[in-house]
Amino acid sequence: MKFSEQWLRTWVNPTLDSVALSEQLSMAGLEVDGIEPVAEVFSGVVVGEVVKCWQHPDADKLQVTEVNLGTDEPTTIVCGAPNCRQGLKVAVATVGAVLPGDFKIKKAKLRGQPSHGMLCSNSELGLSEDHDGIIELPADAPVGMDYREYLDLNDVVLDVDLTPNRADCLGIRGIAREVGVLNRIEVTEPVFEAVVPTTDEQRAVVLDAPAACPRYLGRVVRNVNVKADSPLWLQERLRRSGIRSIDPVVDITNYVLLELGHPMHAFDNDKLEGAVHVRMANTEEKLTLLDGTEVTLQNDVLVIADEQKPLAMAGIFGGEGSGVTEATTNVFLESAFFSPDAIAGRARRFGLHTDASHRYERGVDPELQRTAMERATALLLDICGGEAGPIVEAKDDTALPQAAQVTLRAERLARVLGITIAADEVTEILQRLGFAVTQTAEGWQVTVPTFRFDISIEEDLIEEVARIYGYHRIQAAAPAAQLRMIPRQEAQLTTTSFKRTLLDRGYQEAITYSFVDPKHQALLFDETAALTLPFPISVEMSSMRVSLWPGLISAVAHNQKRQQQSLAFCETGLRFLPDENAENGVVQQPMIAGIRAGKAAPEHWSDGERAVDFYDIKGDVEAILALTGAAHEFRFVADQHPALHPGQSAAIFRGNKRVGYVGAVHPQFEKKLGLNGRTFVFELELAAISARAVPQAQPVSKYPSIRRDLAIVVKDTIAAGEIMAAIENIGVNNLVSLNLFDVYQGAGVTEGHRSLALSLILQNPERTLEDSEINTAVAAVVDMLTSEFGATLRE
Amino acid sequence: MALSDIVAAAQAAVAEATTPQQLDAVRVEYMGKKGQLTEQLKSLGKLSPEERPAAGQAINEAKQRVQELINARNNELKQAELAEKLAAERIDVSLPGRKAQVGGFHPVTKTIQRIEAFFGDLGFRTVEGPEVEDDFHNFDALNIPANHPARADHDTFYFTPTTMLRTQTSGVQIRTMEQEQPPLRIISPGRVYRNDYDQTHTPMFHQVEGLMVDTDVSFTQLKGILEDFLVNFFEEELEVRFRPSYFPFTEPSAEVDVRRKDGKWLEVLGCGMVHPSVLQAVGIDSEKYTGFAFGMGVERLTMLRYGVNDLRAFFENDVRFLKQFN
Repeated sequence: MKFSEQWLRTWVNPTLDSVALSEQLSMAGLEVDGIEPVAEVFSGVVVGEVVKCWQHPDADKLQVTEVNLGTDEPTTIVCGAPNCRQGLKVAVATVGAVLPGDFKIKKAKLRGQPSHGMLCSNSELGLSEDHDGIIELPADAPVGMDYREYLDLNDVVLDVDLTPNRADCLGIRGIAREVGVLNRIEVTEPVFEAVVPTTDEQRAVVLDAPAACPRYLGRVVRNVNVKADSPLWLQERLRRSGIRSIDPVVDITNYVLLELGHPMHAFDNDKLEGAVHVRMANTEEKLTLLDGTEVTLQNDVLVIADEQKPLAMAGIFGGEGSGVTEATTNVFLESAFFSPDAIAGRARRFGLHTDASHRYERGVDPELQRTAMERATALLLDICGGEAGPIVEAKDDTALPQAAQVTLRAERLARVLGITIAADEVTEILQRLGFAVTQTAEGWQVTVPTFRFDISIEEDLIEEVARIYGYHRIQAAAPAAQLRMIPRQEAQLTTTSFKRTLLDRGYQEAITYSFVDPKHQALLFDETAALTLPFPISVEMSSMRVSLWPGLISAVAHNQKRQQQSLAFCETGLRFLPDENAENGVVQQPMIAGIRAGKAAPEHWSDGERAVDFYDIKGDVEAILALTGAAHEFRFVADQHPALHPGQSAAIFRGNKRVGYVGAVHPQFEKKLGLNGRTFVFELELAAISARAVPQAQPVSKYPSIRRDLAIVVKDTIAAGEIMAAIENIGVNNLVSLNLFDVYQGAGVTEGHRSLALSLILQNPERTLEDSEINTAVAAVVDMLTSEFGATLRE
Repeated sequence: MALSDIVAAAQAAVAEATTPQQLDAVRVEYMGKKGQLTEQLKSLGKLSPEERPAAGQAINEAKQRVQELINARNNELKQAELAEKLAAERIDVSLPGRKAQVGGFHPVTKTIQRIEAFFGDLGFRTVEGPEVEDDFHNFDALNIPANHPARADHDTFYFTPTTMLRTQTSGVQIRTMEQEQPPLRIISPGRVYRNDYDQTHTPMFHQVEGLMVDTDVSFTQLKGILEDFLVNFFEEELEVRFRPSYFPFTEPSAEVDVRRKDGKWLEVLGCGMVHPSVLQAVGIDSEKYTGFAFGMGVERLTMLRYGVNDLRAFFENDVRFLKQFN
């Protein structure tokens, strides 16, 4: 809500300057977003009258004028505006004037004619963008008066950003009431006299949907001159509220809207047929709006109609066929109360948002219709002439909002706020806000004024009291509560512990958008349907991620385009898998994922360079899995995944449950995804790796451990992991550690085979092992490897 | 040869020895089985019994003296040898060390961790929840019924008329209150979504919301805990002000502004006393219990804390940006 400060001050005039007033409003919950001067800085501009005007002898487009500035002698000024004419009252920049942009007016000669000043247009004074020639002032403008004083331009526009609960402040009337309360001063509400009808003409009104419209006032005004100009003071007030002057009828309804916060509508009375009906639209009923668009209505949309056709969407938008035009002579004025429930959401549904719908959906005072009607009628008669008929009021008292009764207990007020406010102060605050208040033994019994739609329970009153009392006067105190520890399960690994492990291994945590490019996602996860946003920011951000990989891949590509080649990112977050059996149709699963590209380690002068490979990222995954204290429960099994290199990808199992994948991004996608070279990724379900066992200590053996190394040769199609698992599974006596420390393929080893070097560490908790026991154990391993895998011992 | 001459000659020979081998030859020359001093001892027999003790003592002293000289020289030679070996092992200590790359948390995560720590110390538990929400948890239970103007202010990403990406993490608080009775102290950090993208908005950002419900929770305590938090978060003396505002789920409601050194007022969070309708919607007795709730934008706090001036940098994941926070 933007409005002129001077206008507000005609209602209530506290001894605060503009800045202090704004601060006060902000601190009462009416946040002032801006304070702007209503006009740019200029000086030396006065009201003048063109007393003579003739064609410039040497220039077709110029005229020479003599202008009365209220001084003894008329002043000669050359003017180029086509609307310059004798008798016109104009704004004149005198010699020595300074216009916006620090433009100084000096004595000049234009094509040989002396010119001692300039006749101004609105754009030259920075008052509007219009270039419609010089300003035409009313005939009664006092010659010689300073123009800023004449237009009251030493004023500012206050822009108040109102919260949706404060519909009552969507007009000067409401703002003035707040200012009155805040300063504990009186508000002088202008008196709007009832207009005495001068014609009997009236139009019947029928309320067909009284719950949606319980009160509707209509009035016919005949013989209106809609071509009259709105007076300058009215245009100025509209301009300062950011509203352009259109024609006097529209201007007047807008003015009442700003002044009282009450929307009105004017129809061309001659276009209406029979009684006005306020009814719900019929299903599929069509209506062409004032802006020419045709809308198809539903039966929950309230319309104003006559006996033949819908005329307007009630409280939202006027219709094209029934509006006031230049040809209109008889006007039908509407001043109605529409229930917020009947308006809310409808404007948005049709992509409309109007000053009227904004107010009606938040709540317009149901007792204000007559005042608004009288105010508008008086202005209309003043400006456009005509004869007003009597007001026809249709109402349904049972459907009109009833004044709410709310009890405020002193004890509750003190308990919620934590302070005690003097009873007299509470009473005064509520009364000045317009509440009818009775003090009781427990507190206050309050009748809510009809303009407050936001007050129905005790807390609403507590907020009002606190707000006006001032939040700054409520001191701060430390919360008191019973000390209670937060459960911390040692058997539950935190997401942070996984991330920290990766960070220590060189990963940088990334945060990527949860919605990704569907093209990229489909490339990597061709068989997985994703959840799609119907109204995304852009197509590239429209598909909910089914994995953290698309986001991480984009992050790597983004950095590689910026000369950052060696990269490691990790991320945790939800993936979204559509599933009609899940809550809200989607499984939202916490994941941890990583990506690596470029060099395996930072370049160092002592070492050779090596590109990151599968075993680097597998080592990172193993480091995470080790946090579970149950690394042996996890298996890496060669597997296919559409996103991954078929020969360099593994599914990760915990027991029999697949919990993730690790591998190289499929080389055929690298270019399409903007990747520079081989890139490795992994992803794990956090829930599947978050449980760990609380350690149960075993005594450490005091006896020596023995290491035996075995070098075996097996076919290279046999997975080393299977061999390791087989050794562990046969239950070798006293085996405490098994390690694969070398893999060799080449000279000395049969083609299609490879040599694996294994170390077995044997130890007994209670005694030193005998050579014979060790030899038996190793022999058991060798026998098994020979029979199960066709292994031979390497010489 | 006089004993003193032998010792003098031995001393000279010891001094001339430059290797352990040479030194050992000197030892043999004087102290060996046929060494000069050994020979002297053998000649004691030729002396009279009266002369023998004094002469024997003199020879033994000479032997001891020579042995000391050899030992000292031996030490010198070992030291020299060690020094030479160490000198050969000298390296350029100014060469760069072998780096293990170490990464860091995203700045948004850092801020969330700090907030969790401040409130965790006061017994606030961290709870998380789904990001695809239904209109009950995202709106209705928060006292934002269908057609409420506040819904229009949210720029919601809808999937269907009743499911959406959450616009706030308050739904998590509702889910917690559905399960548990007061006393409750929780904070809920996480991603939230609004359909808005420009200089100062990203369609995804992070919030931390907090909730405390107990028998005597008051507005003074809300002021107390948030002032405490802001001073600790920024680690500087700053002014904090509470400005009346409106949220459907709290009443009274406030926006909180801070003013740092020579700065202007900046809005950093929203808060208020939990609206009785919200408590009632989850089956908590609003007569018996009161509560406060607050919500803050993590990116905004992070920007103010670390001087980040472009919101979008948080989601570009440029390592040169991220590494500044390691």
